[in-house]
Amino acid sequence: MVADAVVKRFADHVAVDSLSFSVERGSFFSILGPSGCGKTTLLRMIAGFIAPDGGDIRIGGNSMRDIAPNRRPVNMVFQQLALFPMMSVGENVAFGLARRGVPRPERIRRSNAMLERVGLGGFSGKRVDELSGGQRQRVAIARSLVLEPTLLLLDEPLGALDLKLREHMKIELKQLQAAFGTTFVYITHDQSEALVLSDHVGVMSEGRFEQLGSPQDLYYRPQTPFVAAFVGANNRIVGRATSKDGALIEVSTDDGWIVRAQGTGAIAVGDAVEVFVRPEVATLARAARDLPADQPRHAGEVQSVLFDGANSAVLLLEARTRREFRIALPQTGQFSDLTPREKIAFSFDPARAVCFPARAGVAGRDGSGQQG
Amino acid sequence: MDPANRDRAADERRWQGRLVLGLLLAPALLWLGALIVLPHVHLAILSLRERVGPRHYVASLAQYETFFAEPLYWHVFVRTAVMSVLATLATLVLAFPVAWIIAKLARGRAGSLLFIVCLIPFWVSETVRTLGWMILLRESGVLPALLVKLGLTAMPVELLYRDATILVGLVYTSLLFMVVPLVSSLESLDNSLIEAAYDLGAGGFAILRTIVIPHAAPGITAGCIVVFMLTLGNYLTPTLLGGKNSQWFTEQIYTQFITRFNWEQGAAFGFLLLGLSTALVVIGLKLSGQRFGDVMRQT
Repeated sequence: MVADAVVKRFADHVAVDSLSFSVERGSFFSILGPSGCGKTTLLRMIAGFIAPDGGDIRIGGNSMRDIAPNRRPVNMVFQQLALFPMMSVGENVAFGLARRGVPRPERIRRSNAMLERVGLGGFSGKRVDELSGGQRQRVAIARSLVLEPTLLLLDEPLGALDLKLREHMKIELKQLQAAFGTTFVYITHDQSEALVLSDHVGVMSEGRFEQLGSPQDLYYRPQTPFVAAFVGANNRIVGRATSKDGALIEVSTDDGWIVRAQGTGAIAVGDAVEVFVRPEVATLARAARDLPADQPRHAGEVQSVLFDGANSAVLLLEARTRREFRIALPQTGQFSDLTPREKIAFSFDPARAVCFPARAGVAGRDGSGQQG
Repeated sequence: MDPANRDRAADERRWQGRLVLGLLLAPALLWLGALIVLPHVHLAILSLRERVGPRHYVASLAQYETFFAEPLYWHVFVRTAVMSVLATLATLVLAFPVAWIIAKLARGRAGSLLFIVCLIPFWVSETVRTLGWMILLRESGVLPALLVKLGLTAMPVELLYRDATILVGLVYTSLLFMVVPLVSSLESLDNSLIEAAYDLGAGGFAILRTIVIPHAAPGITAGCIVVFMLTLGNYLTPTLLGGKNSQWFTEQIYTQFITRFNWEQGAAFGFLLLGLSTALVVIGLKLSGQRFGDVMRQT
């Protein structure tokens, strides 16, 4: 699937702003973005429910211009699933086949086989409202996949499920995609869904892709401050570049905290910049001398310990500026006895912290831009 | 408090509860009893007796026998039923697009505005509305004059006193009663179901047949029942628009009661009409596979 400079405008704002990207056959592609970033509009244009104002969408090499949704080799799993309550599970799955004129015995055979593959063998006579959330999910996917589409679009299908089931369905979706080999285009605002499921992710904001890449790229090598702040947890430090040593930038906040980070993009000394440091990049130590010798050292005071099993973290206040800084606790349980107000030292590898030219209009003095 | 006392207190409370419920239901029960049950019981008794001499009556089925023996009566009876079914179907076909536009296409104010437009004719009494049709359709009326002017007919045509005219009048009178339940059942149809069906390859007609109509079935049935009953029992519209040719069964009842002063025969006809409408509604429910309770919730 290829999108070529696709544009959609609504009244006074541009929902999708000349987007171009391609999705490889058989891959799992996610579009990640906050609500209102235009991702649903983009998906509905691929499905054919809205026509782009400009550009073209090609699927398998064929232009989709002026082709109605019921004629596209694309199927969609809706946010609220949209299973037909007036039909049984089997009739739901066989619906698309019936519309294609597949004879009844063949229809029943194929829909039963598909239900079998999604682990719902023997459910074909049940009514939709007798199913659990996860089972409905699978029916919705089966209903689309039975048509063997070139492309399956999924519009935040896990949004309506509770947390536990969502975690479970994430794994199931990935396994289903691997088993069927169908190209999935998945939209979500949940970065963990996008990272876990996808081969490639497009991070979308205000109608544009901020960055396109593998989940690892997005996480470890964000190209824009938006991606750094949106994907995964990050500490954000706003300041000015004071000196430059190759790609390594020294940054001073307006209240005088000096940190160093890897520069991305054109940064000159004196520019306003944003630094992002992942919580797991920083190292904690009770005494400064225990920190890695080649890293700049910082001092702090424990504000609170955020216990969350393997995702536990400690929230520090930097000693001099009282800025918040979040550090992941090591799995060894070494720092599980930290108490608030305790003095502590920390450091991070400047090569693993990123520094961007500051975005216009994104103000804020504060340190942490944590998401998810 | 000892157990006996407690029991008595509970008993008292129960009686109080029943008394309150009874008082609340009293107006409805009174209305049902005095205006519906009592007259019907009286009519049933009337219909089952025969006058053999002045002030002398015996129980008999003669009134019902007359109905079957006299071809005119059951001819009118069947004609009324067929015309009512036709009028109901025509109303459904006309009201469906209107309801669809109000429920699905018009947004916000436009929707309520359209609804009001449907309602406005009902501010005028049925008599005046029907007379309006007569002004339009009679030989010296607006429409025949227009047809002559357009050169479609050489002479003004009498458009009144035809079966089609009666149907037009009946459909016009009933439209709102079909639109209301249709709108409410179509509004509850989730748009994403339509999109999903479209996405899965269904065309407009397939979506209508497989998604929209099954979803709206209770509303459709409710509208049809209401319109059918109103049409079957309508007196004014068939009489005014159909004139002598209308041959509507309610006219036969009127004639028996008022002109012939044969209350026994009129009562028997009334019960036959009641039986007819009940039978057709039951058949309709059976054919559409709907349950009466579900349907009535839609009205």
